[in-house]
Amino acid sequence: MNLSDHPFFVWPFVAGMAFLCIYLPAVYLKWLRKTSARDRKKISAAIFSVKTIRAIREIFSECLLHRRIFRFNPTLGYMHMSLAFGWFLLIVVGKTETMLYTRDGFNPPYLPVFFKYFYPDHIPANFKGLFFLTLMDLLLLFVLSGLTLAIFKRFKSKFLGMKKSTRHILPDRIALTFLWLIFPLRWLAESLTSGVYNAGGFFTLSSGRALASLLPAEQLLLPAWWAYSIALGGFFVALPFSRYMHIFTEAALILLKHWGVKTTQRANGYTDFEIHSCSRCGICANVCQLSADAGINHSQAVYFLRDLRYNRLQPETAENCLFCGRCSAACPVDIQVDDIRLQQRTNRANRCAPAIRRPAAQLPGTPETGGVLYFAGCMTHLTPSVKEAIRTILNRADVKFSILDEAGGICCGRPAMQAGFRQQAESIIQQTTEMILRSEASLLLVSCPICYKVFNEEYQLPIPVKHHSVFFKELAAAKPELFKNSRKRITYHDSCELGRGSGIYEEPRELLRRVAHLVPTAHEREDALCCGGSLANLAISPAQRDLITDTAYEQLIAPAPDYVVTSCPMCKKTFSKGKRDIPVVDIAEALQMALTPEEKPVRVKVGKKAEVLA
Amino acid sequence: MKPANDKWGFRAEGSEQINLDKADSSLYRRLLNREPGFAACLFCGSCRATCTSGNEGMNFRLAHLLLQRGETARLKSLTDPCLLCGKCTLVCPRNVNIRAVVYNLKIMLHEPF
Ligand code: SF4
Ligand code: SF4
Ligand code: SF4
Ligand code: SF4
Repeated sequence: MNLSDHPFFVWPFVAGMAFLCIYLPAVYLKWLRKTSARDRKKISAAIFSVKTIRAIREIFSECLLHRRIFRFNPTLGYMHMSLAFGWFLLIVVGKTETMLYTRDGFNPPYLPVFFKYFYPDHIPANFKGLFFLTLMDLLLLFVLSGLTLAIFKRFKSKFLGMKKSTRHILPDRIALTFLWLIFPLRWLAESLTSGVYNAGGFFTLSSGRALASLLPAEQLLLPAWWAYSIALGGFFVALPFSRYMHIFTEAALILLKHWGVKTTQRANGYTDFEIHSCSRCGICANVCQLSADAGINHSQAVYFLRDLRYNRLQPETAENCLFCGRCSAACPVDIQVDDIRLQQRTNRANRCAPAIRRPAAQLPGTPETGGVLYFAGCMTHLTPSVKEAIRTILNRADVKFSILDEAGGICCGRPAMQAGFRQQAESIIQQTTEMILRSEASLLLVSCPICYKVFNEEYQLPIPVKHHSVFFKELAAAKPELFKNSRKRITYHDSCELGRGSGIYEEPRELLRRVAHLVPTAHEREDALCCGGSLANLAISPAQRDLITDTAYEQLIAPAPDYVVTSCPMCKKTFSKGKRDIPVVDIAEALQMALTPEEKPVRVKVGKKAEVLA
Repeated sequence: MKPANDKWGFRAEGSEQINLDKADSSLYRRLLNREPGFAACLFCGSCRATCTSGNEGMNFRLAHLLLQRGETARLKSLTDPCLLCGKCTLVCPRNVNIRAVVYNLKIMLHEPF
């Protein structure tokens, strides 16, 4: 049979590829036009700059090598890399091999894909040819090894470091089926051809000879090539409607990110890029405490993004999230899913809460100019011992300060903002800003990480904002004589808002090492657990919260500390609920305990007894 | 014009008695469906006492009472000032998810049935 007489089988592949080449640029253009004019200006300014080169480097390391997944789990990383990078190399090396063989740089795109079909009896005449033949076989083996892992993962995900695999929907299943068929069919077609023509690389030739001895290879040859081509074409057509849309969109997202485009308050074209960049790898669901502890399995980043993409998002799915940031920190695509969730919440809730005007009488008087202005916030008011500790330390260190919300009644606005009540939050922010400006203080001291984050990100204050853990670290460095080391064993809990939310990990630790013996826990820094108290979750039940809290508390007391230290009054309050053998204290309280005894001023003591007797 | 009986130094206003069997508690039931723990409230008032927006008229305890009585007219002004700070939820002795109830109530008052 002269194979070249039957080239019609290439059509499914060619049609699928043509579809992709038209469809993808069309949607990407549509999304780009939905971004703001400012974003587009940024893009055109950065497109021919070093930023593009940096982006390409990241595309190579993340879209092909999948380095971040390697960090999560090496086997899972290998699986993703062998499929992505292996396939990429098959294309590049295949194209080179074809070009060398035909001495024609412009051969049709299907030629490298079906090279063995068109040149079945190709026996390399020199070392270069043999090299390519062997390399192509090695690459095919490489991809097939990843595929084997992928199939294995579907049934036994624990093997690849995953507690659960993502639950997939129909478009994903269709695309997945085509994808899984592509490489086994390629192997089959190439092997059969090698078997029939007795020519090929070490792998395909040996498997081909074996197949030819068992099967009517000559009759099966053409159907196998047809099947391979259909699998390819089918995958290309299914790709934009399935999770595999991420393959190309992730690369586009990396470019946009490097060009300076960011997630905005309202959903726009950039959000579309983000949503479609999710590969549904499920890593986010594996680090989410909602599923691990509270049995909530529908609202994780992967499912939220999926539902949003297919227009079937229930408000509850957007609401059922702690905004703990564990998923964004672990996401290999670096999707800022909290921001996207907030966009959805705001869409729905913003008009349901009006702006607030506080009665002017409630605003406190002007504190001393140039001093520290301390904002305690709602949660510190609920934990008065924290406020007292801060007051004591500041007095002891002779820091001039006044308290902005001594009487309570002022909220920073962040909880409302997280619920999607944007206009209400903005009205609060504006009024509190006016108060702070009126105080003429030189620094705003904040003891709640929830407040700290919003003061930093949403308030445009002309003075620095400091969390008390950072402020006290500097204070202790400047006045070390004030504190002594108690040598007590302690563990430290990174709150979500201070740690992942604001990137403050080291300052509290440095401070604590000065006053106690800090021991590590199983989940530290970026990987710290949420206490479960987060105000951001509007749908979780109190009982589910308690389950999350208990797990987080248990891992904090696992190293048997004398006490646990946190730097968030909300975490302290949450952990202190119920029977706790090992107390949880705020970093300010830990510091207060470490204060050296005050030198008594020498003065004649008049005891109470003496007074009474007099 | 002052009511005539003001001259006695007190006023006898109309009774606020309602027939609970006839009260429209549909909004209350929808909230209960969303937050079943709401039913455990014993009207202790701790939420009101700790409330950040108490000065602006936020009153969850009263809102709860009016919800049960089907008197929805005042609910908006009683819950608008809530900033969702969460203090009330942390002090409630009955573990009522107050913050979530108020959030859902705010939304339900805007979204038609
Ligand atoms: S959000 Fe990130 S971690 Fe989660 S499935 Fe998508 S790509 Fe994976
Ligand atoms: S932010 Fe936290 S609670 Fe929300 S989906 Fe991510 S990991 Fe889960
Ligand atoms: S604190 Fe709880 S039990 Fe008391 S009135 Fe408020 S909701 Fe009801
Ligand atoms: S969440 Fe609302 S009702 Fe509760 S204390 Fe805060 S402002 Fe008051």
